[in-house]
Amino acid sequence: MTFPIAGVTIAPTYLIAVGFVVGLLGGFFGVGGSFLAGPALFAAGVPMNFVVGTDLAHIVGKSIVAARKHRTLGNIDTKLGMIMVLGTIAGVESGAQLIQELKKSARIDWVVGLTFIVILLGITVFMAWESLSTLRKQRRERARGRVPKAGREHSAGAFIARAVHRISLPPHVSLPVSGIASISVWAIVLVAFIGGFFSGFLGGGAGYIRMPCLIYLLGIPTHIAVGTDLFEIIISASYGTVSHALKGNVDILIALVMHTGAAIGAQMGATLTQYFVGSRIRLAFIPLPLIGAGMMLHSLLTGHPPK
Amino acid sequence: MPMLGQAIREAMKNPIRWLLKPFLLEVAVYAALIAIYYFLVLHFLGHSLMHIYRHDRRLYAALALGLIAGQGLLLEMLTRVLLSWIAPRTEDR
Repeated sequence: MTFPIAGVTIAPTYLIAVGFVVGLLGGFFGVGGSFLAGPALFAAGVPMNFVVGTDLAHIVGKSIVAARKHRTLGNIDTKLGMIMVLGTIAGVESGAQLIQELKKSARIDWVVGLTFIVILLGITVFMAWESLSTLRKQRRERARGRVPKAGREHSAGAFIARAVHRISLPPHVSLPVSGIASISVWAIVLVAFIGGFFSGFLGGGAGYIRMPCLIYLLGIPTHIAVGTDLFEIIISASYGTVSHALKGNVDILIALVMHTGAAIGAQMGATLTQYFVGSRIRLAFIPLPLIGAGMMLHSLLTGHPPK
Repeated sequence: MPMLGQAIREAMKNPIRWLLKPFLLEVAVYAALIAIYYFLVLHFLGHSLMHIYRHDRRLYAALALGLIAGQGLLLEMLTRVLLSWIAPRTEDR
């Protein structure tokens, strides 16, 4: 099939297959999946400027499918999502502005790339420690005959969220869906800003950063973090799609074809979350940031920048 | 790391067995519908979109977002209906 806007010919089955894999990951982990879709589009011959914009457009459609499914499962905290919108948009714009400033420097690829790698490795190490510690603790408790309370999520990193909940800066809100009695609005906006900033700075939906932030900084249960993260990705990716489309960097036909595969994958991924406890979802999430870090390192060493 | 493999294997057993049959059926029906969609919609949409892309970038940006969001909602409904039609007990579990 020929896509006249980007000027490439790609088999629709290839795009559907890529979309399906990325959709499955997105529905299950609450990530955009740009770390896989981007290189896959580039490998198919799509010019790099179209890769970033087209990927963002496809993420919008896929996240809508997955977020709607998560909503029916009760996995979206709408109040939290609406508060986060402000921080997300401010963050996306700040990240994009920083990129524009850094473009004046000759070493922008290395600055962006190394920042990306350090952050992703940090997330990987922390999540591996936390989820394995939690699983070990749960096993010890079961061996002692203690049954964990139903519906309550256990995390070895819960002390971080407890510290964030103690921040006394007003105004405060309660998040009944996430089981949080009181939290400073500024803490929520800051987490949203961080996610949005990396979305604007590094491209994609930045779910690999926002999802761990929601769990460990705000103390949101994993299933709700996945659903709410997808809700935020719709906003940040929509913003990015319009911005890139105005610059002529979106081939919407490629995104539409890719999305037909992603829609079915996202439905399945979201459905699968029902069968995994939070600590196992977090454990299975660990390879994703590692893959992203590996791809970035490869791009830097081979001279093919990711943006 | 063996703990990771074991945890994933344990948790995957039931859902995979449960999902495989309806999934294959859904893929078959879905593939037929998508093939029709390609020929009826995307094939004819290409030239019009190319024209708008070249002459009115703002309209193109609005259309791009509208099309992908619209398709997102449409396919979500389609896959949901297909899943409930093929495996009526799916949502009850």
